[in-house]
Amino acid sequence: MSEQNHNGRRVGEVVLDLQNISLRFGGVKALTDISFNVKEHEIRAIIGPNGAGKSSMLNVINGVYHPQEGRIVFRGEERKKMEPHMAATQGIARTFQNIALFKGMSVLDNIMTGRITKMKCGFLEQALYLGRAQKEELAHREKVEEVIDFLEIQHIRKTPVGRLPYGLQKRVELGRALAAEPSLLLLDEPMAGMNVEEKQDMCRFILDVNDQFGTTIVLIEHDMGVVMDISDRVVVLDYGKKIGDGTPDDVRNNQEVISAYLGVAH
Amino acid sequence: MLYREAGQFKTSYAADQQIFPIRQDRIAIGLILAVAALVVPFVASEYWIKAILIPFLIFSLAALGLNILTGYAGQLSLGSAAFMAVGAFAAYNFMGRIEGMPVLLAFIGGGLSAAAVGILFGLPSLRIKGFYLAVATLAAQFFIVWALTKFGWFSMDSSSGVITAQDIVILGFRFDTPVSVYLLVLTIVVVMALLAKNMVRSSVGRAWMAVRDMDVAAEVIGIRIMHTKLLAFAISSFYCGVAGALYAYAYLGTVEPEGFNLDLSFKILFMIIIGGVGSIMGSFLGSAFIVLLPILLDVLIQDFLTGLLPPSISSNLQLMVFGGLIIFFLIVEPHGLARLWQIGKEKLRLWPFPH
Repeated sequence: MSEQNHNGRRVGEVVLDLQNISLRFGGVKALTDISFNVKEHEIRAIIGPNGAGKSSMLNVINGVYHPQEGRIVFRGEERKKMEPHMAATQGIARTFQNIALFKGMSVLDNIMTGRITKMKCGFLEQALYLGRAQKEELAHREKVEEVIDFLEIQHIRKTPVGRLPYGLQKRVELGRALAAEPSLLLLDEPMAGMNVEEKQDMCRFILDVNDQFGTTIVLIEHDMGVVMDISDRVVVLDYGKKIGDGTPDDVRNNQEVISAYLGVAH
Repeated sequence: MLYREAGQFKTSYAADQQIFPIRQDRIAIGLILAVAALVVPFVASEYWIKAILIPFLIFSLAALGLNILTGYAGQLSLGSAAFMAVGAFAAYNFMGRIEGMPVLLAFIGGGLSAAAVGILFGLPSLRIKGFYLAVATLAAQFFIVWALTKFGWFSMDSSSGVITAQDIVILGFRFDTPVSVYLLVLTIVVVMALLAKNMVRSSVGRAWMAVRDMDVAAEVIGIRIMHTKLLAFAISSFYCGVAGALYAYAYLGTVEPEGFNLDLSFKILFMIIIGGVGSIMGSFLGSAFIVLLPILLDVLIQDFLTGLLPPSISSNLQLMVFGGLIIFFLIVEPHGLARLWQIGKEKLRLWPFPH
């Protein structure tokens, strides 16, 4: 029986399998023995109270942190030595909790930078800006314009990102990640600090990305309404341990999860 | 003609991605180049060409080099003069040791040697940033000047390391008049500025700016930080190296390692700070400011103030006014003359109806 996510897209095989991941910083245990997987085309949420290790988890997935124990299998291959820039070439893109845009550059340049792994010309060709380099630049500009259209930010194309309001900056950051045409998109609190309209817009974009491009999405979010609405499966972390995993309904009724969020009477 | 974009619709990305998308800019640049190449040689006096225009162009090139490294890639450097020295001495060695070496190739060789040294001294940038990196490049500054003075091999055993540049001869044509040298320098600087402009608006430039603005995000996007930083050091040093070779061959003729001291590095750093960090045009504006202003002040002081002030004051007045102006600029417009220019252009687009 083929599963479908609620976006109507067929959920496929496991693309990312994390097995018994443990991550320590000196004596501090950030993650302890965490296992979960992500399937093709699904929207997977990671939730948990502050300091639960959610962002660390994303950093493990895209190679910024190297777990001391555990195995990571991405698209059937066990991951060995890993540098962050290698994740990008494997089709993993991400956004950051605190906006990490390139402040001095325009929206267009920021999103163009997202395609950097796909640009092949050397600096000498680019310095001459003839033939191949120009063709490449224009071809990528066209792709970037598709992303700009998709996110409805045509009017701010040439604005330096430092001058944009917060909500739009978040959208540009999503654009920069999308420009890489990732197969796996990691979103670290894409809706933090937004008002209701901005959240609705962002949800729509996330669902559209998943639907139109078939992108697998792992997201961290604190707004439970959003998480329950848009995700297919949810992982719950608390103090670096996994305390729940399943569909939004399973998680909502999980006693341990409720205790972690609301506290328990002693 | 007014500075208006109205009516200039772009119907293709190619048109929008041009080097100067606004028609008036294209006309202005064309005019400036035409005047510089066709009018200046006939109207400018020998003094103007030799003492003002040639150093202005050479310093613009050095400032451009530093701007690539500091303004675009965000790596602070105090070693620009040292990289210029490498370029000058390497070009001298190529000319002196290889029979029949074409002078342009020697300049390029000087640039490449500077690039190699730049990469070497850029290695610390992989671990340290900001002020600490500036100190590491300061080491380059002192070490290179010391090495060029200490080891006679670099100056082909001339006394006290002084080198006298060979004549510039290209395809049998001898560049011995100021005008011909000026045109040669102008050509080299314009071509290299154009190449730099193309680099900073392509993906290599975006990678530099990404590393400057947010290195963690840059790495996650797939930019190789090490490669990007070292490339910035190499290209920046190449520009400084060629500028150094021109400094020796087209401007001074005779240079010693001490001529490329820390003062010169600071001078170039001031140029990009005043001209505009992260702007190609800013490199030229800053160089014009630093080269022209002292001369202007000198003239003003001599014309109007001689006799009014005791000579002890008037001789130092130039330095005082100069220092004061630099501080004033930094406070009023930290992004430099290029930013002022940009603000002016934005205002002009709407003038006379700002709303």
